[in-house]
Amino acid sequence: MLIQQENLFENLNKFSFSHLPRYLQKGNTYTRLAMSPTNRTVTSEQVNAVVVDACSQSNHLLHILHELQHRLLHISDEAACKVAAHLGLPVSQVESAVEFYSFFYKSLRGRYNILLSNCTSCGYQAGGENLKQMLEQRLGVVSGKTRSDGLVSTGETSCIGMCDHGPSLLVNGTPITRLDATRIMQIANMIESAKALADWPAEWFHVDDNIRISNSLLNNDFVAGDGMCALLARGADDTLAEIAQSGLRGRGGAGFSAGMKWKFCREAQGEAHYVVCNADEGEPGTFKDRVLLHSHADVVFEGMTVCAAIIGAEQGYLYLRGEYRYLLPQLQSVLARRRDLGLLGSDILGDPGFNFNIGIIVGAGAYICGEESALIESMEGKRGIPRNRPPFPVTHGYLGQPTVVNNVETFAAAAHIAMQGSAWFRTVGTEKSAGSKILSVSGDCASPGVYEYPFGISIRQILGDCGAQNVQAVQIGGPAGALIGSNDFHRKLCFEDLSSGGSFMVFGEGRDLLAIIRNFARFFAHESCGFCTPCRVGTTLLRKGLDKIAAGRGTQYDLDEMKRMGALIKRRSHCGLGQTASNHILDVMNRFPHILEQRLAQSDFEPYLDLDAALEEARQITHRDDAAAHLE
Amino acid sequence: MSADIKQNTATPNTIFVDGQEIPFMAGQTIMDAAFAAGVYIPHLCHCPGLTPHGSCKLCTADIHNRIAASSTSDRRTQTKFTVDADSRSVSACTTPAAAGQQISSNTPALNEVRKTITQMLFIEGNHLCPSCEKTGNCTLQAVAYHLGMLDGHFPQFFPHREVDASHPTVMLDRDRCILCELCVRASREVDGKNVFAIAGRGTTAHLIVNSPSGTLADSGLATGDMAVQICPVGAILIKEHGYEVPIGRRTFDLHQVGEAGLEKVVLAKTRHTDE
Repeated sequence: MLIQQENLFENLNKFSFSHLPRYLQKGNTYTRLAMSPTNRTVTSEQVNAVVVDACSQSNHLLHILHELQHRLLHISDEAACKVAAHLGLPVSQVESAVEFYSFFYKSLRGRYNILLSNCTSCGYQAGGENLKQMLEQRLGVVSGKTRSDGLVSTGETSCIGMCDHGPSLLVNGTPITRLDATRIMQIANMIESAKALADWPAEWFHVDDNIRISNSLLNNDFVAGDGMCALLARGADDTLAEIAQSGLRGRGGAGFSAGMKWKFCREAQGEAHYVVCNADEGEPGTFKDRVLLHSHADVVFEGMTVCAAIIGAEQGYLYLRGEYRYLLPQLQSVLARRRDLGLLGSDILGDPGFNFNIGIIVGAGAYICGEESALIESMEGKRGIPRNRPPFPVTHGYLGQPTVVNNVETFAAAAHIAMQGSAWFRTVGTEKSAGSKILSVSGDCASPGVYEYPFGISIRQILGDCGAQNVQAVQIGGPAGALIGSNDFHRKLCFEDLSSGGSFMVFGEGRDLLAIIRNFARFFAHESCGFCTPCRVGTTLLRKGLDKIAAGRGTQYDLDEMKRMGALIKRRSHCGLGQTASNHILDVMNRFPHILEQRLAQSDFEPYLDLDAALEEARQITHRDDAAAHLE
Repeated sequence: MSADIKQNTATPNTIFVDGQEIPFMAGQTIMDAAFAAGVYIPHLCHCPGLTPHGSCKLCTADIHNRIAASSTSDRRTQTKFTVDADSRSVSACTTPAAAGQQISSNTPALNEVRKTITQMLFIEGNHLCPSCEKTGNCTLQAVAYHLGMLDGHFPQFFPHREVDASHPTVMLDRDRCILCELCVRASREVDGKNVFAIAGRGTTAHLIVNSPSGTLADSGLATGDMAVQICPVGAILIKEHGYEVPIGRRTFDLHQVGEAGLEKVVLAKTRHTDE
């Protein structure tokens, strides 16, 4: 399929976003432009045709840009201008979006674009092997660059949420899990023979749920519509009261009371109210929303509909992270079925005036969009920059209107509460953390996967259940959370002790914690949106500081500097990303000081500039690497 | 927040900045109120009349949650608030003033934070003050002097940034851009042209021009635009008018950065009308 040269114009109208990913459909005649080696230059007319087609399929900038990227393999300045003209947007807005989101490129990518996850749990550094390097060597491609024949390009990307599957990658946006050296070689062969993705073995793309322990949220006795029947029987006022009394707190990590949020939004004046489900599950080590959306989408949509009835919304959106685009066809079919059942649309369940629809907006690779106001900006087709607050989204959210933004799991829990009441919900959990929490357990353990526990479970219990032995440390709540050692394993997972949005990463004794936190520091420097000075500059300074220590050139002075910078970023940053971006370093300094101290150089001060390293470029140019070409 | 308002009902519609009682009107930010009272809170991305931005974080201040934290009843002695768990950090330019707020701003600890942030702005760009046309008229430089900054402290990033010299009368040197977005907002809100925007993210965030070629030449920018005048650093410069005002007669040779009403002087200065 990939090397077919079908006439583009014959196929323009065959596609919509509701279909399966085209490149996974057998027998379809879809062809990308710039797909074959002989068809690499795209005429202005062809660009125009693709833009017209993309704009006819969706009016959302991110969706249009995705379509352009997919079909033209890049978004040229010309294409950006045409999109701007079509949508009536400033060119700069299109341009700034292209440059903000990781999955859009201004220069041509390969017909196979491979992005390997660089997460500590699903990343390409696995068991001493560098799978990325292996693939690149085999394909003769340099990271970040497209091979000269245009066939393939490689790169890395932040956690793709496949941490329970080991090393994973995205090929043209679709995940391949369980990578090892053998699979990497097989993938390289598939690419070299230009085999269509549809003809790659289906099991490579298989993603399991890996549910290890299920409780009230993950059990399967939920029937679509049950929650809403209960809602209609009880009425919106009493249902809100139940949500409030349940003590349900936001499951994304911040833990704000869902009842309060819904009440504030309900009371806020506006032309329209919106319900937004935050499925931008970007915290490394988190994949429980992937499982909820894959196997419990009805409960999630039901929770959104319950919220809509309470706050008076007629439109809702699911903001799905770009890495989970492969879930889109299935989510669309669940929505279609719910419309058929009268659970979405007009006069829902025959209740006059109860109108609600849900649309899906797919992101394009930006961790910051998990922050609720950045997510709203992204929904509006802009860069994901967190807004100033106040005003909060409950009064001024999507399109400036009152908006509830909640996590996938929060809506799922709300649906259950609507059905079974607050007393039922409070039967498990702690006083301040009612109910259960779904954890994504990954890293050095026998059974990575999804675990649903009542709040208040001890860390030690979780480690025992997942078969983790000789544990050195656990990262709770992802890189933005807390890194703890065995002294803290008696502590409890709940909002009043150790809180997690879902990530639970286990590091065994064999792991180098410095390598782990360097990975985290790179992650934050890469994902900082660049809006505020402390986070934009500070995250890069922390990354450089850790690199210096890892190179054996750090001193106590550098540690002191990083401590000071870490505190400044934490306190003075604009949003939650920056305010948590130094936690991992501060935690290592407090709880594992020897990890850093044992790497320090035995001098008072080492300059940042490594003179010998600075000569590397000169050595390469002169093809010299003898002793005299080095300073040391 | 409602709790601390209740505790301070004795003084409606005033806030306390470093113990100084300052009146405010509904809708004003802490920065607005301080500005009106002639109290300087260091800032770079703020200009009265434009939508507050809150990105440079130089106006970072601490709001104290509980007035009871102070043992003395005389608020004028409460100038030495320390940074503690009882306070929260805010941007003065975007945070609404609320009755009874106790705010720390001009303290050694906060000025140290501001100095560090200023250093971060310097080292992430390519700022070579001695050879910059804007020296003496540059607010970044003036703020650095104001805060007692003597060096960049951190390792230089030495970024590669593009210069746009395509426009007949205006030039854009991104080496000196601090991403304050004053030009972005001035162009959109005052000039009605929307010439500038920010693209990219993290340390690769950069100023872009809203034109088909991405260059200033085919934008609608004109020398008299507020977007051109407002640049606090030497990123947007007017061509063929370099060094008309000699060193020693420039804005911050004659004025302190914290002076009230300086915005007008700064805007006029770049039009080369000051004497």
